Amino acid sequence: MSDKPEETPITHATESSEHAEQVEQDNDYVTERTEQVEDTPQARLDRLVEQLKHDIAEGAVEEAVINEVNGHLPTITVKKGHWLAAAHWLQVNKDWSCDYLRNLAGVDLGDELEVVYHLISLQTRREIAVHVKTEREQPSIPSVTPLWPTANWNEREVYDLLGIDFPGHPDLRRIMMPDDWVGHPLRKDYDPSDSEV
Amino acid sequence: MIRTEELLLNVGPQHPSTHGVFRIVLKLDGEVIKEATPVMGYLHRGTEKLAEQLNYTQIIPYTDRMDYVSAMTNNYVLVHAVEKMMSIEVPERAEFMRLIVMELQRVASHLVWWGTYLLDIGAMSPFLYAFRDREVIIDLFNELCGARLTYNYMRVGGVKWDAPSGWIDKVRDFVPYMRKRLKEYDKLVSGNEIFLARIKGVGKYDAQTAIAYGLSGANLRCTGVNWDLRKQEPYSLYERFDFDVPLSFNGDCYDRYLLRIEEIVQSLRILEQAVEQFPSGGETMGKVPRVIRPPAGEVYARIESPRGEIGCYIVSKGKAEPYRLKFRRPSFVNLQILPELLVGQSMTNLITILGGVDIVVGEVDC
Repeated sequence: MSDKPEETPITHATESSEHAEQVEQDNDYVTERTEQVEDTPQARLDRLVEQLKHDIAEGAVEEAVINEVNGHLPTITVKKGHWLAAAHWLQVNKDWSCDYLRNLAGVDLGDELEVVYHLISLQTRREIAVHVKTEREQPSIPSVTPLWPTANWNEREVYDLLGIDFPGHPDLRRIMMPDDWVGHPLRKDYDPSDSEV
Repeated sequence: MIRTEELLLNVGPQHPSTHGVFRIVLKLDGEVIKEATPVMGYLHRGTEKLAEQLNYTQIIPYTDRMDYVSAMTNNYVLVHAVEKMMSIEVPERAEFMRLIVMELQRVASHLVWWGTYLLDIGAMSPFLYAFRDREVIIDLFNELCGARLTYNYMRVGGVKWDAPSGWIDKVRDFVPYMRKRLKEYDKLVSGNEIFLARIKGVGKYDAQTAIAYGLSGANLRCTGVNWDLRKQEPYSLYERFDFDVPLSFNGDCYDRYLLRIEEIVQSLRILEQAVEQFPSGGETMGKVPRVIRPPAGEVYARIESPRGEIGCYIVSKGKAEPYRLKFRRPSFVNLQILPELLVGQSMTNLITILGGVDIVVGEVDC
């Protein structure tokens, strides 16, 4: 049994590490900009909505609010038809560059269904929540799995439990419930005493 | 001419190395994996559906049963989300108790991982050592809240039980004890040539892949991405303590192994400081309305669990029960990369790679 190798590959992320410097530079960049344009969460959100209207479509954003209890998280509602373009925009735009899809949740709103995406950029640490609504009859929202592979199982879960279709998904089938299950348990009108149970 | 046939091999759902009831269907060409299809859901209990009929205090025991190896962090993410929505102030003493139990839990969770991972690979004795030392932590939790695994310890606004007399001293004594043990373990295992041959360079991926797959915890940091929510988006009292985020850059199973060992060292550092700064008096519950009714709205709270980013997304309609509650479970998200890692690997590496991801199936299925 030999001792631990001399060169251990572990390092510690300290203030002087490369990544920390990178973040610091980014912060400088942001403070520099505050002198020119207002940089409150609301101003950032307004700019984002303007840009999306300009780059995607006039009616792309249905609603834009700041979620104050959630650390002033910018929250937008994007029209289903423009979602794929907007998602791609959020991923490649230099200001946002949302490379990390941290959460994907489906919600039954009653009249309609929606999927909520929580995105963040690990470089700039900009964060955004996006709601996409779909009708209750034959609900479908374009899949973002080609953009963020992490959406794959999350979308399967939403499909399984809420019955939302994700066109463009590579392998959409049930993930939690048995394959022959009837109904989608997280729907509000789901009858738990289903005859199939 | 030799005729070869592809073989379908079913691993699990009942197999010790899958750490629960997890199944994976492999397409094999000889000993090489051609395709891997994970099959989940055997442990699906519908936690999110059940939560819609319960009030927030009643949901806490259900979080214990998601990631049952790290129940304290699960407790925290739920109460943290509700406190965020209702802007509840948590007393300092309660927050200290929470932080101490969460860091003890991280050590316990990593010890379980360490022991079982080596057991998977074929080393029996580390498992016994790891569980012996984990038992010390479990005993501490048992003394605190009367349960060994499912603690139901935290409440919205504070914690259920204050530390019994002498408990903090026991935590203080645990730190040097664990440090000594950890050195022994390092000597016993980390340099073992057979072990190194099994895990070095196995299950390798780069930072870009890790981010695309939404990995978190040691699975992300092993590619050099400095992303630990305790540092990046500080919650609780983590800003007050001096600790490092260990990083490595090879992205293989060996790096993930070293990171988790190093994370125990860092948790012990936090524990040492927390015990020193522990307030001598104070409340363990803040001012909380008798019925917890978060205002209408939504919140996504996230913290760093031993396995990565655990999140809790709550939609409230102003009622005592959540309208929708969704848990972002790190095991579920981290496991997605498995099929990609397995293709082209030999059969023996299946266990090495699966174990290296560090999953708890109760959390995968939820």
